[in-house]
Amino acid sequence: MIAINIHELTKDYFVGFWRKRRVRALDQLSLTVNEGEIFGFLGPNGAGKTTTLKLLMRLIYPTSGHAEILGKPFDDVAMHAHIGYLPENPYFYDYLTAEEFLAYSGRLFGLSSTRVKSKIDELLQVVDLKDARRLQLRKFSKGMLQRAGIAQALINDPEIIFLDEPMSGLDPIGRREIRDLILGLKREGKTVFFSTHILPDVETLCDRVAIIYKGKLLGCGSLTELLVGDSSAIEMVVSQFNYELQTALRLIATDQNVAGNMLRLTLPDQAALFNALDAVRAHGGQVVHVHPLKESFEDYFVKLFANESISKAP
Amino acid sequence: MNKILAIAQNTFKEAIRDKILYSLILFALLMIGSSLILGMISINIETKVTVDVGLSSMSVIGAVIAVFIGINLVHKEVDKRTLYSILAKPVRRTEFILGKFFGLAFTLFVNLVIMAIGLVLVLAYVKGQAYSRGQVTEIHASLFVAVFLIFLQLLLITGIALVFSSFSTPTLSAMFTLALYFIGQFNADIKHFGVEAGNVAVRMITSGLYYLLPNFGNFNVIAGVSHGKPIAAALVVYDVAYSIVYLAILLSAAAMIFSQRNLK
Repeated sequence: MIAINIHELTKDYFVGFWRKRRVRALDQLSLTVNEGEIFGFLGPNGAGKTTTLKLLMRLIYPTSGHAEILGKPFDDVAMHAHIGYLPENPYFYDYLTAEEFLAYSGRLFGLSSTRVKSKIDELLQVVDLKDARRLQLRKFSKGMLQRAGIAQALINDPEIIFLDEPMSGLDPIGRREIRDLILGLKREGKTVFFSTHILPDVETLCDRVAIIYKGKLLGCGSLTELLVGDSSAIEMVVSQFNYELQTALRLIATDQNVAGNMLRLTLPDQAALFNALDAVRAHGGQVVHVHPLKESFEDYFVKLFANESISKAP
Repeated sequence: MNKILAIAQNTFKEAIRDKILYSLILFALLMIGSSLILGMISINIETKVTVDVGLSSMSVIGAVIAVFIGINLVHKEVDKRTLYSILAKPVRRTEFILGKFFGLAFTLFVNLVIMAIGLVLVLAYVKGQAYSRGQVTEIHASLFVAVFLIFLQLLLITGIALVFSSFSTPTLSAMFTLALYFIGQFNADIKHFGVEAGNVAVRMITSGLYYLLPNFGNFNVIAGVSHGKPIAAALVVYDVAYSIVYLAILLSAAAMIFSQRNLK
């Protein structure tokens, strides 16, 4: 089933004081997110990720287009009882304690006080803030605030959780914790939609991703679908090589470099690999390893933006 | 309803955890206390002076609290983005505005009660002093009616501040709200001016302004009360009705403006 369906969502801002200029922050974004998947919403800073999330959360209103969440219009107030949202760089009421803040959040969902109480105990355990429950939020570190923010997004046991840059500004341990948390949510059958510009997070977490740049969708799909590119290339590492072998291999490999007593080769295809193996056998070298070269997500990302800026050039 | 209450309680919590509020209340209590000194140099009219100074202090300090918390009610939440996680929940923007209003209304109510207790204590002391000199003075029930009318006035100021806060910056909101507060004190004069001018066009403009701008003149009964005069029941009924209608308009306007807004 489809959890989120975004259809040609567009948002213009007007900037400037006297002569207002129209700036398109989001340009006809269309995408669907399936139920139960972890969906990564990816793009550099200023691409329109936060704008999209703010539109879905009714914090700003679209210029055109529409979206459905759980089959209901995105501005259906009752539907918002079934979703959770963590804003970017969350700021919460710093005069409240963690416990009070979660209680307040729970009441805004119309939950009963007994339900809120048991949920607070459970969530403070999950996000590891048990010892800080009576501490005012002003005394929280950035990582703790982020975790308190996730707790408030989960207080209503939502079916979909929207997280805006949940890992930004966190140390490696904090990022690991959030990652485990997101995977835990998936195990519970929840849908997670999160925006990020941190690529390794996407590679380890997401079922599917959408890539957005300057308000436009560049690509959407699973990582294997997106990363087909140069996957036929093969890397081979050889040791105990001599000058003759190196010369022979130079004719076969597209790229060759020496690191210590290892020779690293990039081979364009299977045929080149067989030729290279013959050369190694003939010259008495030793194969250390052979493995297919998968394009890294980072390469894909960089290439995509390079193409985009070339096509934009006059 | 429950959501509005939750927002109101949170607003109240924020106010009472702010140190500025305490310094303002302390200042008001000092002013009420200072009426004792003023009373000493005004033999036989200590009670009058105490009531006059006390109620005036409550009115002014109350207005300061209403303006300076009121103008920040919405703006601070937008600016600090604390609103993001709130409005993404099943909460309507109108509910948010109403919750904010009732939260500040309750804060003002509690402040007035504290200041009123201070005033009654000072009055009791003044009365004791007068009794020892063989004089009998009374604390009239009209004192509490006057406090109630001050409260209504503060609610109107809160409403005005909330309207400005829903779209403007705190500095501009403060200027507009204070301007309306002062104009409101002399609103009846605007109407009089139109009548005296004798020109139809001028009279239409001034009476238009009279109905548009808040009119606080009918809420100010301090002078009468300090002289021990009773407050006409009709005036109180009129003030209550006026406040309800004017507040309904203000809150609808604030909710409407705020509902249209794109949060930055």
